[in-house]
Amino acid sequence: MIIARFLGPRVWILVGLILAAAVLVPLANLALPPGHPLHMPSYLVPLFGKYVTYALLALALDLVWGYVGILSLGHGAFFALGGYAMGMYLMRQIGSRGVYGNPILPDFMVFLNWKALPWYWSGFDAFWFAALMVMLVPGLLAFVFGFFAFRSRVTGVYLSIITQAMTYALLLAFFRNDMGFGGNNGLTDFKDILGFPIQAAATRAGLFSASCIALAIGVLLVGWITRSKLGKLMIAVRDAESRTRFIGWRPEDVKLFAFTVSAVMAGIAGALYVPQVGIINPSEFAPVNSIEVVVWAAVGGRGTLIGPILGALLVNYGKTVFTAIAPDSWLFVLGGLFVFVTLVLPRGIVGTIDHGWDAWRARRRSAAKEKGESGDGDGSILPHPAE
Amino acid sequence: MVEHDDMREPLGQDGIAPGASPDDVAAGPSSDPAKADTISSVVSPHPYAAEMRRRRLAAEAQGRARRETLLYLDGVTKSFDGFKAINNLSLVIERGEMRAIIGPNGAGKTTMMDIITGKTRPDRGAVYFNGAVDLTKHDEAAIASMGIGRKFQKPTVFESHTVEDNIRLSLAGPRSVVEALVHRKSTAERERIAEILATIRLTDKRRTFAANLSHGQKQWLEIGMLLAQDPELLLVDEPVAGMTDAETVETARLLREIAATRSVVVVEHDMSFVRELSVKVTCLHEGSVLSEGTLEAVSNDPKVIEVYLGR
Ligand SMILES: Nc1ncnc2c1ncn2[C@@H]1O[C@H](COP(=O)(O)OP(=O)(O)OP(=O)(O)O)[C@@H](O)[C@H]1O
Ligand SMILES: [Mg+2]
Repeated sequence: MIIARFLGPRVWILVGLILAAAVLVPLANLALPPGHPLHMPSYLVPLFGKYVTYALLALALDLVWGYVGILSLGHGAFFALGGYAMGMYLMRQIGSRGVYGNPILPDFMVFLNWKALPWYWSGFDAFWFAALMVMLVPGLLAFVFGFFAFRSRVTGVYLSIITQAMTYALLLAFFRNDMGFGGNNGLTDFKDILGFPIQAAATRAGLFSASCIALAIGVLLVGWITRSKLGKLMIAVRDAESRTRFIGWRPEDVKLFAFTVSAVMAGIAGALYVPQVGIINPSEFAPVNSIEVVVWAAVGGRGTLIGPILGALLVNYGKTVFTAIAPDSWLFVLGGLFVFVTLVLPRGIVGTIDHGWDAWRARRRSAAKEKGESGDGDGSILPHPAE
Repeated sequence: MVEHDDMREPLGQDGIAPGASPDDVAAGPSSDPAKADTISSVVSPHPYAAEMRRRRLAAEAQGRARRETLLYLDGVTKSFDGFKAINNLSLVIERGEMRAIIGPNGAGKTTMMDIITGKTRPDRGAVYFNGAVDLTKHDEAAIASMGIGRKFQKPTVFESHTVEDNIRLSLAGPRSVVEALVHRKSTAERERIAEILATIRLTDKRRTFAANLSHGQKQWLEIGMLLAQDPELLLVDEPVAGMTDAETVETARLLREIAATRSVVVVEHDMSFVRELSVKVTCLHEGSVLSEGTLEAVSNDPKVIEVYLGR
């Protein structure tokens, strides 16, 4: 109960909804016959599963952008690295079922006339090792990157630009065939995951549930961090970094912690994404992908925990619908959406609702006060950091 | 106060009267070499040995001056693109002392605080805290933890936190990320916060977001955040800028209250406020000390009248 109170009702409602989806969607897909009005068609399950991994990615970004004020334009890189680590595991699971039938080497290596597996591919036949790398590789990159960037006090737009440069550099690197990650085509043609056929409806339902559970754990983790004293310190760093320094804190440590945790979360999201979409290639490192994540968080409302999740789901649903109607204009819609949100809804959807609710309560409280009723505190409207 | 007296005791034995004015102490580093020479020539015939002894005595005198003071600046210089914001500045603050610093705009008052708190590295000169600590070798966070609190010229508080949380984040204690993550609120912590809120007259605002405070209240909150760190020395940059007259009087009272147990350096333009504090005054001009003494003496100093008050 103490923990329940500690995290607040909002987090628990959200976790409840996510876990309900984790159960209900697979049920609606597997247990209900195709004719049933509530039946969920099989093609929708991995699509929704993809949205859920995007939501986890948006939540990860919210931890650094919404709470610590680090506008990372490179979170797609951590997502993609987690995805590649999972992709390497899935490639090793193909075994001799590839086009060239080589029991060890993935097809693209046979095609390149490679004789042996590069050293960095070893171990990826074991799921536990791949799972470890899914977290370790993005986490380590974020730690090293953040260590230097934050210690040299790179902030604001300069930091955003170097995060963007980071993902772009990785994009170029992963395009190269001699990197050993399948070059332009990336990793695909997966067969099994943990021994289950990856195309099977039950496997996909399982992957959907796993994504939901990962998201729920992410919500609990971010909820715990942001409601702790450290969370208050993060907001303090976001709003007045130099103040925190002069009362003895080291903002670079706070940022490094948030950035690393966030990168690990993004890596896990990427690892769950890859088996559901069936491919990982260098385009996941494209700078525009990272910018899209920022748009999701901005639309939903950064620094609200629930907002970025909502934003990721809404914008991606919109994207699916819109690209079916007018495939070429998505980028314009995305840009327009960002401009619209920045100008009209700077707090995002959830932030705007929260603010309206707080203002209404403050008004009611001051009205109650005038009537002589007891009311605690005064005018407690939380200001928006952008103001 | 007891501990301050304790620390002053041995100084008397060292030959400097406990009540010696900071000026006397400040003279230490550049003490008269002729005097040292006469002593050394009696004791030691060899000129080389005499020179060594003279140097040792000078170093000792300097060391003693440093040890006896809380804050010790000697020959500090800092230039920005060739412009000397601080120029051979020497300043000594004693334990338990409250000092007012005045001076025209651009005199280098804020830059001096930047140097003391580790934000700016001086090009030259010595900056010592508590006698032994060379402040030029530490960063802001370390210096803050050593016991130097600083209020900015522009009030800076955590706007999206409540008054209470602002104080809580500033309370002296561990400063590690992991501790902050698993930190539990304690009764001692609550009591300390209540105590500070009472001191800064914000008890009834404890649950108000700092953004919704008036300008004057933000200044007080920031002073409260300094107090929460339990510092030995408070550097307060223009605390009454933009305050109403009533708030100014209240602030003077607050600072005097704080100065009863700590050393305080206040930078201020408001002369009626400085008068209210009734402490020793230093006037800075073009990065160095122009005049120092009682407010009476400083404000009657012709140099001060010319560059600052006479405008
Ligand atoms: N980081 C910096 N880069 C360049 N010049 C600087 C910097 N900091 C201060 N200066 C210059 O140093 C001089 C002293 O500035 P400082 O802020 O210390 O003055 P001050 O005495 O606090 O003035 P005020 O009463 O207006 O607050 C000014 O001319 C200022 O322009
Ligand atoms: Mg100034």
